[in-house]
This record gives sequence, structure tokens and C-alpha cells, in this order.
Amino acid sequence: MIATLGATNPFFVNLDQIFVLLRNWLVGFLPVVLRPAAGVLLGVVAIVCVFPGLFALTTVFERKGLGRIQNRIGPNRVGPYGLLQPVADGIKSLTKEDIVPLRANAVVHFLAPLVLVVTVFMGFAVLPMGRNMVLVDMDAGLLFFFAMGAATELSVFMAGWSSRNKYSLLGAMRAVAQMISYEVVLLLSSVAVVMITGSLSLPKIVAAQNQYTGVFPHWYIFTPWGLAGFLMYAIAATAETNRSPFDLPEGESELVAGYHTEYSGFKFALFFLGEYLAMFSISGLGTTLFLGGWSAPFSFLSWVPSWFWFFGKVMLSIFVFIWMRGTLPRLRQDQLMNFAWKFVLPFTLLNLLVTALWRFMGEGWQRWVVCSVILIAAYVVMGRVEMRSEHFGRRSYRYAE
Amino acid sequence: MNAVFYILAALTLAGGLATVLLKQLVHCALAVTVAFAGLALLFLQLDAQFAGFAQILVYIGAVAILIVFAILLTRGSDLPKDGVFSKTWFLGLVIAAGVFAVLGWAVLASVSAVPQQNAVPSVTVHDIGIALVGRYVLPLEIVALLLTAATIGAVIVAMHEKERPR
Repeated sequence: MIATLGATNPFFVNLDQIFVLLRNWLVGFLPVVLRPAAGVLLGVVAIVCVFPGLFALTTVFERKGLGRIQNRIGPNRVGPYGLLQPVADGIKSLTKEDIVPLRANAVVHFLAPLVLVVTVFMGFAVLPMGRNMVLVDMDAGLLFFFAMGAATELSVFMAGWSSRNKYSLLGAMRAVAQMISYEVVLLLSSVAVVMITGSLSLPKIVAAQNQYTGVFPHWYIFTPWGLAGFLMYAIAATAETNRSPFDLPEGESELVAGYHTEYSGFKFALFFLGEYLAMFSISGLGTTLFLGGWSAPFSFLSWVPSWFWFFGKVMLSIFVFIWMRGTLPRLRQDQLMNFAWKFVLPFTLLNLLVTALWRFMGEGWQRWVVCSVILIAAYVVMGRVEMRSEHFGRRSYRYAE
Repeated sequence: MNAVFYILAALTLAGGLATVLLKQLVHCALAVTVAFAGLALLFLQLDAQFAGFAQILVYIGAVAILIVFAILLTRGSDLPKDGVFSKTWFLGLVIAAGVFAVLGWAVLASVSAVPQQNAVPSVTVHDIGIALVGRYVLPLEIVALLLTAATIGAVIVAMHEKERPR
């Protein structure tokens, strides 16, 4: 399979498979009985080390990026260019006092951050992070991912309820309502991909996209239904991870910090970690479903290691997340719900029909025209109808004198 | 029947018992989630991936959340003053034992009715999908219609009453 992709040079093949080879080499020291278990253990260790490391880098990246957007410098005191800031933050959160409110429900309060981090970590098990680099190749991998995602909602509720704080509880209720609403969209936009691929296994979904016409790849985002599905997926993913502009559950002007108001020290750090890990995993899934996973953007670039493309695409999505946080204002609760149920959900359902049409129209240019026209027409009509009652005037600009 | 099965069975039973014995309603809801998770793991142990993940997705992701919301939106999560045990506990015990006996009889009868298969049937998600939209398409559509009707009904009940023009 590797040989057919133009990467015939043994050096690049080895570089592509370097982590797999490294694992096999390390496991080779053990007796044969222990090898499968040790291989899985090494994979788990790699995931548990790599993603928190990325999280540490992302916090600096985010603060620097937000600083740049807001015309300031950002962290620049710890280490060169402030790069050691996460180390300082980590030490701070480890040494801080762990405060639990007197009336809090201690057991549930303690369990909530653990449940969050564990379930979020589980999602990484099925993501193919490179060629042959998937921890568990499950037949129902996509379903596993969403099942784990559903379990995080419960941890958010546990945190909010057990704190015995009205801001925590309100934040948790908002978060759970929002996550349930957008999870429907997240699932339905992924179903389009499953309909075309005919499999719930994520490595198979990547393999289906890892083909080229000329130099251009067959990524699903380059089809009308894929583009629409990806946009809906991106909106739902932003809401699902409580990122701006959907960060109402922790809107600090209204709710102090939402469901983790009463958490301090390392438990707060775990919530922070869980939130960023959820961002990574949901970006990783989006990459896998619509952006071709670990496949290269042009056929002549397929000698570049596959893991580089996967992590590159994930970091690009993270950059977009940060960019949106720096530029968009927060929505209101009613706007959030109306948007989910009156625009995003109907459009996603329509996209499913268009996907079926695409599947059964067969090869040819006709399906491109028909599917694009349906989606664009629906977008315009739905936008017009829903905006009719709003009466927006012309956009006006005001400048400082 | 191995150690994993006994651990999972104990977990599920403990979750179920905690659900009926705990005093705080929200704790009960969380305990029933543990029981759901134990059931899902039992499915997975039997190599039924689809059923296991669907169990987690539907029961933990939706049913447990629904229960929790219902508790919070109705009575509040305050402790009841006069204990959580019903006065008619004996009747409840009899009914529960009856239901258990019927289920147990059905399971035991099925063992002799359907002879034990040696080979484990391999049911993939693909097979389930084919069966759902092939042989069982009519029940699927009926359930879908029913759920849609229920959703529309719920929306109509919850909708603001508009003032009628006279």
C-alpha cells in the first residue's frame, strides 16, 4: 500500500512508520506472550504524554495569539518568548490549596474532573493519527467516539451540581443543554460521511479519502455535501467544546466561571486539560472525517510522514478555534438554541438527503451541479426566511475621533 | 463465565442496588448511570460492539441526562424528611420477584429451546445496518414515525400560546 503512494524511498517509508517501528523494537525485548499487551500499553503511554504536551504548547500559543489579536504582547516573562509559561502554570496549580466548599457533595465533586479527563482520553483510542497509527481499530470506532463524548456531559453536570453554587449549577445546565443540542448536529453531519464510505471504522474512512485525481486528493470537504457537512460539523464542534462564540456555560460576566467556579488547584487544571483535550479530539475527528485524516493535500507531497499531516491539520483547526475566540462576540442563550434547532439541524438533515442523492446519481458532473444548487438554494432561502423578522439596517461604522 | 464477567456483574448489581438504596435523588441518578455502564461493558464483553456503544450513547448520554434534568427541574434535589423507603415495600418486593421469576424462566427456557451454538456468530455493524434497512425496515420506519410524532407533540405542548386574533 505504501509503495503505491509514490513514497518508495525506504528512508521516507521508515520516517513515516518511525513510531510503529519504535514500538515494535521496544516490544521486541519482551517475551512473545506479553507483546500485544505491551504494544497497547506503549500506545496508551504515547497518547497520555503527547496530547497533554500539545495542550501545554497550545496554552502559550493561544495566549500569544489572543495577545496579538488584541494588540498586546502576551506572556513573555517565563523563559524565552514566554515559552515556559505552562511549566509555571503547572507548578502553580499543583501547589495551590485544593478548596472544596463546606456544603459541597465531596465524592461527586472529586469524581467530576476525573470522569471528564478519562472519557476525553478514551476518544483518542480510535483516531488514526498516521498510517498504521491507531490504537484500536474498531469496527464501530465512530460510534465509540461519540459514546465517550456523550459521557463527558455527565461529568459537567456532576461538577455543577456537586458544588452547591448557583453559578455552577446554572453553568452546568447551560452547558448540558448546549451540548445535547449540538451533539445531534455533530452526529448527523458525521452520518453523511458514513453513508458515502459505508463504514463506521475511522481507518477505513481515511483510506477512502486517500486517493488522488491528478494531484488533488479525494477529501470529502471538496464535495458539495462534504463542505456543507464540514461547516455544520465545525459549528457543532465549537459549541460542543464550549469555545467562543458558544462559551456561554462559562460566560464570566454572568456566571463567574460556570460549572467549574468552585474548583481550584489541580482539579481546576484537570478541567482545563479536559477542555483542551476535547478540542484536540474533536478536531482530530473532523480531520479524519472531512479533511482526509493523515493523507497529504497533494499527491506529490505523500512522501512527508503521515503523522505530520494529521497533527498539522489538527493544529490548524486549533488555530481557527483561537482565531474565532479572538474575533467573535459571545451569543445569547436564545440565539444559541434558535441557531441550533432552526438553522443548523434542518440544514444538516437536508445535507443527509443531498448525500444520498450524491451516492445514487453515480459518477459525472451532473451530481456536482444538482447537489450544489440544492444546498446553496436551501442556505439562501433559510437565511432569508429567518432573517425576515430581524429588520437589519445598513451596517454603520463608527471611528474614534 | 470468567473473572471479567463476575467483576462487571458485581459492578452492575452494585449500581442497581445503590440506585434504590441511596437517599439523595441525584446520587441515585448517578448510580443508575453506573449500572448502565456496567451493562454496556457486559455487551462489549460479549463482542457486541454496536449494542454496547449504543447503550452508552443512548442510556448515559441521553437517558441519564434526561433523568437528571427531570430531577432538577421538578422537585429540586432536597432530601426527603420521612425517609426514602415506601410503606408498601413488601408489595414491591413481591412484584419485583415475580418479574424476575418470569424473566429467569424465559432465559432458562430459551437455553433448551435454542441449542447452544459452538461458533460465536460474528455480527458486524455492517450486518446490523443491512438488517435494519432490509428485513426490518418496516418496524424501523414505524418507530421513526412514532418518535417524530412524539417530538412534534412535545414541541406543541411546550410552545407559547399565541393570542388568537378576534
